[in-house]
Amino acid sequence: MNYHAIVIGSSAGGLQALKTIISGLSPHFKIPIIICQHRSPYSDSFMVQFLNELTPLLVKEADEKELITERHIYLAPPNFHLLVEEDFSLSLTVEEKVNFARPSIDVLFETAAEAYQHHLIGVILTGANHDGAKGMMYIQKKGGLTIAQNPATAEVPIMPQTAISSGCIDYVVNLEEIAELLNKLCKT
Amino acid sequence: MQNNHEEDVTSQIELELLLEAIFRQYGYDFRNYSRAHVKRRLYNRLRQHELASFSQLQHAILYDVTVFHEVLRDLSINVTEMFRDPAFYASLRAEVIPILKTYPYIKIWHAGCATGEEVYSFAILLMEEGLYERSQIYATDFNTDVLETAQKGIYPTSRMKEYTLNYQAAGGKESFSKYYTARYDAALFDPELKKNIVFAEHNLVTDSVFSEVNLIICRNVLIYFNRSLQNKVMELFAESLIKGGFLGLGTKENIMFSPVESLFKVLDAEQKIYQKKFV
Repeated sequence: MNYHAIVIGSSAGGLQALKTIISGLSPHFKIPIIICQHRSPYSDSFMVQFLNELTPLLVKEADEKELITERHIYLAPPNFHLLVEEDFSLSLTVEEKVNFARPSIDVLFETAAEAYQHHLIGVILTGANHDGAKGMMYIQKKGGLTIAQNPATAEVPIMPQTAISSGCIDYVVNLEEIAELLNKLCKT
Repeated sequence: MQNNHEEDVTSQIELELLLEAIFRQYGYDFRNYSRAHVKRRLYNRLRQHELASFSQLQHAILYDVTVFHEVLRDLSINVTEMFRDPAFYASLRAEVIPILKTYPYIKIWHAGCATGEEVYSFAILLMEEGLYERSQIYATDFNTDVLETAQKGIYPTSRMKEYTLNYQAAGGKESFSKYYTARYDAALFDPELKKNIVFAEHNLVTDSVFSEVNLIICRNVLIYFNRSLQNKVMELFAESLIKGGFLGLGTKENIMFSPVESLFKVLDAEQKIYQKKFV
């Protein structure tokens, strides 16, 4: 198989978008998914529980030094940056916010691209800032595949629009069709 | 021209040589830090100096100590806040303080204290619990620049609102403003709070056991280390604690799967507070 991991970045409006994507994934979906969703530093485990009920895959908050495993969906914990190590484990940091965000999508995407190289798919979803655009460029530079939510289908179009404008997006896809595309790309 | 993969292999070699060079020349050992973090920070430094490779940065570090100090700052963790994770402090107050009160004299080691916000937080807690006068706090970090900041106890007034909320959520008993004097944009913390604090240079990676202490607080430091270094530091903590002593880690750190796991019992699984067993 060509792809070994998927990273998804989302911000304002992200919960609904993630819901649509995760519930549309094939029950046999294998490739690990790592999600950076901007949220309050004080948020609780609601989001993990909510998303976990939509799929037979395991949705969990990332633990530090956890090995990235098939059929798992990892969420960045609130108030930490989430990074991918070269041995395909996850690590966390509390360094400064990047693009006013911690977790930052760029931090996840850039480190994931370093580790997975061209075996990575990056997906940028709804959001009100510019986080993720640099990360998407880096994924493309490393030979990975980049997908942006069609801004017309985004609750807040700024984030996917910024990534698209930077010229690094392979597919611009309606929200409802993203899961289907991932199912196709990652078919075993 | 090299392809992507060859480029990465070369850059990997260069990064390893750079970390080796820092260790050999300056004695700071980042070789067992989580690689993704170190790489990101050093890439940023490369860009700022408009250097093309880690080899060029290595040259700059070896021949220019000011560049080394910049890199040292990049690689040390200086982001912290007062009463960060209030629930941690509330739990210390409820679970640990009552037991510490049974000792005539207590020693506390705050390892990796950075700019000191959490040390002053803990000093306030000890004051309010009537324990401060018989406490000795050792606040250590490998970076002497941040220790200087910690020693001063001056923080931006702009953060006081947030800190006040944290303090209240942590079970604070007073009005938070009584602990500092604000002048323009600087808030100076009551010098009484640092009377029993010793700020000292200590490197968890290269230095040895600290002293026999009742409580070690080390939060959001271990996440920067790889597993083998984490285990080594965990052993250092176990050795530095008295029997029945306490260990408080960051919310995402824990002693599970470390070689010292069996030496501790869990006091608060969520807040990552542990007690070293008596036997």
